[in-house]
Amino acid sequence: MTSELFQLVLMTVVTAATPLILASIGELVTERAGVLNLGVEGMMIMGAAMGFAGAYSSGSTAIGALCGILAGMAMAALFGLLTIGFAINQVAAGLALTIFGTGLSGLLGAGFVGLKRDRSDQLHIPGLSDLPYVGQLVFGEDLFVYVAFGLVAGVAWFLSRSRTGLALRATGDNHQSAHALGLSVRRMRFLATLFGGACAGLAGAYLTLAYTPFWSPGMTAGRGWIALALVVFASWKPWRVVLGALLFGGATVLQLHAQAAAFGLPGQLLSAVPYLATIVALVLLSSGARKNAAAPAALGQAFIAPR
Amino acid sequence: MMTEQERRATPLLSLRGIVKRFGSFTANDDISLDIHEGEAHALIGENGAGKSTLVKIIYGLLEPTEGEILFRGKPMRLNGPQEARAQGVGMVFQHFSLFDNLTVAENIALVLPTDTPLSALRGRILEVSERYRMPLDPDREVWSLSAGERQRIEIARCLLQDPRLIILDEPTSVLTPQEAEALFDTLARLKAEGRALLYISHKLEEVRRLCETATILRLGRKVGGCDPRQESSRSLAALMVGAAINDIKTPSTRAFGGERLTLDSLSLPSREIHGVDLDGVSLRLRGGEVFGIAGVAGNGQSELFEAVSGERLADANETIRIDGAAVGARDITARRALGAAFVPEERNGHAAAGDFSLTENLILSRHSGDGLTSRGLINFEKARTLAQQVIKTFDVRKAGPDPAARTLSGGNLQKFVVGREILSEPKILVINQPTWGVDAAAAATIRQALVDLAARGASVLLISQDLDELFEICDRIAVMHEGRLSQPCDARAVTREEIGLLMTGDGSGGGAHAH
Repeated sequence: MTSELFQLVLMTVVTAATPLILASIGELVTERAGVLNLGVEGMMIMGAAMGFAGAYSSGSTAIGALCGILAGMAMAALFGLLTIGFAINQVAAGLALTIFGTGLSGLLGAGFVGLKRDRSDQLHIPGLSDLPYVGQLVFGEDLFVYVAFGLVAGVAWFLSRSRTGLALRATGDNHQSAHALGLSVRRMRFLATLFGGACAGLAGAYLTLAYTPFWSPGMTAGRGWIALALVVFASWKPWRVVLGALLFGGATVLQLHAQAAAFGLPGQLLSAVPYLATIVALVLLSSGARKNAAAPAALGQAFIAPR
Repeated sequence: MMTEQERRATPLLSLRGIVKRFGSFTANDDISLDIHEGEAHALIGENGAGKSTLVKIIYGLLEPTEGEILFRGKPMRLNGPQEARAQGVGMVFQHFSLFDNLTVAENIALVLPTDTPLSALRGRILEVSERYRMPLDPDREVWSLSAGERQRIEIARCLLQDPRLIILDEPTSVLTPQEAEALFDTLARLKAEGRALLYISHKLEEVRRLCETATILRLGRKVGGCDPRQESSRSLAALMVGAAINDIKTPSTRAFGGERLTLDSLSLPSREIHGVDLDGVSLRLRGGEVFGIAGVAGNGQSELFEAVSGERLADANETIRIDGAAVGARDITARRALGAAFVPEERNGHAAAGDFSLTENLILSRHSGDGLTSRGLINFEKARTLAQQVIKTFDVRKAGPDPAARTLSGGNLQKFVVGREILSEPKILVINQPTWGVDAAAAATIRQALVDLAARGASVLLISQDLDELFEICDRIAVMHEGRLSQPCDARAVTREEIGLLMTGDGSGGGAHAH
């Protein structure tokens, strides 16, 4: 394999993995605080639509990304208001958020269908980016990729080292105890939910600004659900999210190449491979003896403070 | 500035006319009390008397509806527990306020001021643990610790804030006798340092030993104060309940029949993450016998109950026998058909469905017997009659003729679920923690019913953490520790200390486990 092709394949893997890393790391923080937000798909597609709309109207990728983040946060705020403010069932509210996001993004993005803009810029460091095999891979990605990896490192540090991260983990482990010690369970959960929304929005914006530089309704194609599965796959540990996302990204790219090679299998079947791989990985992981050992103990439970 | 003398005369904490209402329910009604430095003050009363509500107010978790709190003579208004801690009030919770998946050090860090560096914390934890002789490993995760160790974390966490008043809510309810002794040593040390203790308990012997003043609550009101050292446990109990409690009448002679329930090397791996595996549990239970299983919570008692009741099936059919018939792989209904009955620990949600009426709850466990169902249809008329019979026989107090189970108080619902099984005249009754959180009068009723059932020839397997209860009504007692069952001891020949040693796994002598 030539160095060119080698890099190209690996770069497509990273590109496929980046939106998953972004959405998963946000959902991971939300879940560690004890909130199960199944609306990742809805927040993500809103981020995709608004991100493209913002970037197209302003001509700036940065403004587009910001619009995506804000759209994701707005959706998360709605979810937080319902589940944390009014203690509504999180599963039902999350599913509703996804349906709502899919519909609303189609409506708001209707005027942008069929428009195209350039891909967001890629990093270029003279010399380094031109190294054979790894130059482009390590030093020539678009900025979103570096943001995604930076976020994972930041979240890993925040959860394990910082005092606020400790309080967040405590909230997800036992909200009654957290309340008894005087921690503000609802504020912590709301902020964690907003962070999750921001990350999902950015993941959506990545799709329309860097991955496929155009908007079409329903284009997240289940990536929000995969991101949710990756959090479980990662046992709620930040760096394992990267591993899971790269595996899934790898399977996606592999099946594309398999389709091109035309093994005689139907394309639809090959397209399903990454999703099947995710299910198989989840089943294998959950069948272990310490089943769901890492899941935050208070995940998905509504908290109502007695006063 | 106050002089030293004024300082001593001023109580550390005074409550003046505290009232707390939840909707139309009054949990605390005009309660006043004083606590001085170096004083151990007991707060005693039945379940539902309002003790926990009152201490939550002192700790800033609840706001009083009326009344005021004075700390060193100055009014104190608390907006959350952080402010209570800053003033010098610490609390050791009954159901620990710990986080299972965090380490000891992380659990403690959460309540200290935010500017405490985590690195300095380890040293301070070790220092406190040494000073008060409470061994603690800062790096262990809480789920792997025993109840006694968990309580030490709570106490260490409280002490690191140098509190002047320490509230302890039922601190010994989950401890072995030896762990309780260690706790009393620590508490004596704290008292000697001039710290005040507010001690909540319904174990009156402890109160008499530790405290020099007591406030007695009944149904949310203060009904009196006393010096517990001048009272007997019996007179304190009468003050608490407002009436004398009947002694349990046990038959003077007992005749044991043939073997009714047999467990033969029952082993079962746990399904829970932090659960306990059953390891070679054997026992033989004769007719007419009350057999007690003691042990600190979480040593396999719930797993044993699940296996015996058929909620979980054993791997081998022969490991469990009812009247000689192998039932290890048969379900609950099959075991009930052979004459067994079961009362699980959690009354609301496990023994009874909260939103179902009492009649419907009766059907839930007795559907296959008593002709309650035929061809898949329920005979509601008959079920109603049986439910009313339980209600009448066991004096279940309730609102309305057939209310939802969750509207009953703990003691009354427990009387109902126990009565439901006993009135079906089972040949074997397996019952887990029947009087946990139940008031003294209801507890006496339930224990008497168990003794009477055994006197009629049935076998009773009683799983309990309450040693007083076990010694009161059992013929033989065995101890569960880490999923293994000790050899049974004759309840009249064994001492509490021997049982206590078995509970910690130290009983090497007479209690070597059976395998």
